[in-house]
Amino acid sequence: MAGPDLSHPGQAEVVEPASEAGAPVGRRVVLGMFGLGAAGILFGARAQDLLERTVSPLLSRDGTGLSSLLPVGRFRIYTVTGSLPSRSEADYRLAVGGMVERPTDLTAADLRAMPPARLTKDFQCVTGWRVHDVSWVGVRLADVLDRAGVQAGAGAVRFHSFDGTYTETLTLDQARRDDVIVAYELEGKPISSAHGGPVRLYVAPMYGYKSCKWLDRIEVTGPDPKLGYWEYRGYSVDAWIGRSNGRDDRPV
Amino acid sequence: MTAPSETELPTPGPTRRLARFDVAERALHWANAALFGVLLATAALLYVGQLSALVGRRELVRHVHVVCGLLLPVPLFLALAGPWRRSVLADLRALNRFDGDDRRWLRSRGRDISVRLGKFNPGQKLNAAFVAGAIGVMLATGSIMFWFAPFPLAWRTGATFVHDWTAIAVGLVVAGHIWMAVGDGDSLRSMVRGWVPAWWAEMHRPRWYEQVTGLAAATEDDERRAPR
Repeated sequence: MAGPDLSHPGQAEVVEPASEAGAPVGRRVVLGMFGLGAAGILFGARAQDLLERTVSPLLSRDGTGLSSLLPVGRFRIYTVTGSLPSRSEADYRLAVGGMVERPTDLTAADLRAMPPARLTKDFQCVTGWRVHDVSWVGVRLADVLDRAGVQAGAGAVRFHSFDGTYTETLTLDQARRDDVIVAYELEGKPISSAHGGPVRLYVAPMYGYKSCKWLDRIEVTGPDPKLGYWEYRGYSVDAWIGRSNGRDDRPV
Repeated sequence: MTAPSETELPTPGPTRRLARFDVAERALHWANAALFGVLLATAALLYVGQLSALVGRRELVRHVHVVCGLLLPVPLFLALAGPWRRSVLADLRALNRFDGDDRRWLRSRGRDISVRLGKFNPGQKLNAAFVAGAIGVMLATGSIMFWFAPFPLAWRTGATFVHDWTAIAVGLVVAGHIWMAVGDGDSLRSMVRGWVPAWWAEMHRPRWYEQVTGLAAATEDDERRAPR
């Protein structure tokens, strides 16, 4: 099949083919987009920050839920396995084992009976999104560890998710910080399955991948922490916000 | 092929046929469309929380998205790599240029019936330019997001910012493109089977009709008599 033949004799009667005349608007659009894109790469971080601060409070009042599709001030739901793990609060058990004096199973009710720890802090993902002023309720991880009694010689803690795949680790010193909690409430509600409920870890000063979702088991180990799921794939082990993974976000 | 031009195809029925898109042009369009389809679908899986939660397998979805993204320039390179490039280049030239008729068409939102269009209408031209620009922008920002290590710190966030908003724009533009195509069946079918009825070209693309047939298209006065 041939394209339009521009050389046949009838062509002479056409003054000028429309396609060959006129301003190169197409090229200008393309180059304009390249320019905007480059500017966005250079200054987008600042624009994003401004949007998060100015627009996300407005979006949080949007009743339609449509604004949750905009890339501003939103959690993004990450899972590494096939389906969303789901467990009811009634069926939930948190196993604390490894190098502990008293291996312990805690129900959600057990956790709720412990002294609550409340945190309202930004949630920062290593891929760049940040949700401002997220409120959490849980118990200090240190209290959970004390309840089981950490053996002498232990130095790290490994977390297992009931998605069956995900793991994370912290050193014992990191695990004992006041801003590291075993959380059961997010924004005043029980944590939904999508957000890692009914119980998940929240490691406030580190990037989100440290905050193991669907927390199933806490294993106290020797001093050498094993690599977690994403660390095994190249992410920083000590995932301090603003001081790891080659990023300079504001610390939390 | 028979007179009056190579573009006029043999007609099995009463309708004269004009070749509008040859195999190279159609292959380029549909290869691009397939990649955009997979990219938009995987993007939705990565980005929309409810869908992420439904499907999961984030590593796999991410890899499909990255591979299809890196393949984006391939159809265009292939379309320009052989002797079939002639028709593709002619299309690129036609898509690039906006003349007075195009501007009047845009200003009247297609309602000014005195406008005489070439092979593409200005909406198709803008769509093509946007898609070309988006391919470059998404490739660049996606690459920075994927291979972030060598780049300055803020670039990754900036690239994500651009990638997010451009993705939303691409989704809207593609939806609009499909909407318009479905609304003009003859034009859509020409991207599938390659030809348009001659009366369609005479009516909707009179400048192109004259260019490829050497015949004068009906003027706006007798347009009312055009078969429909």
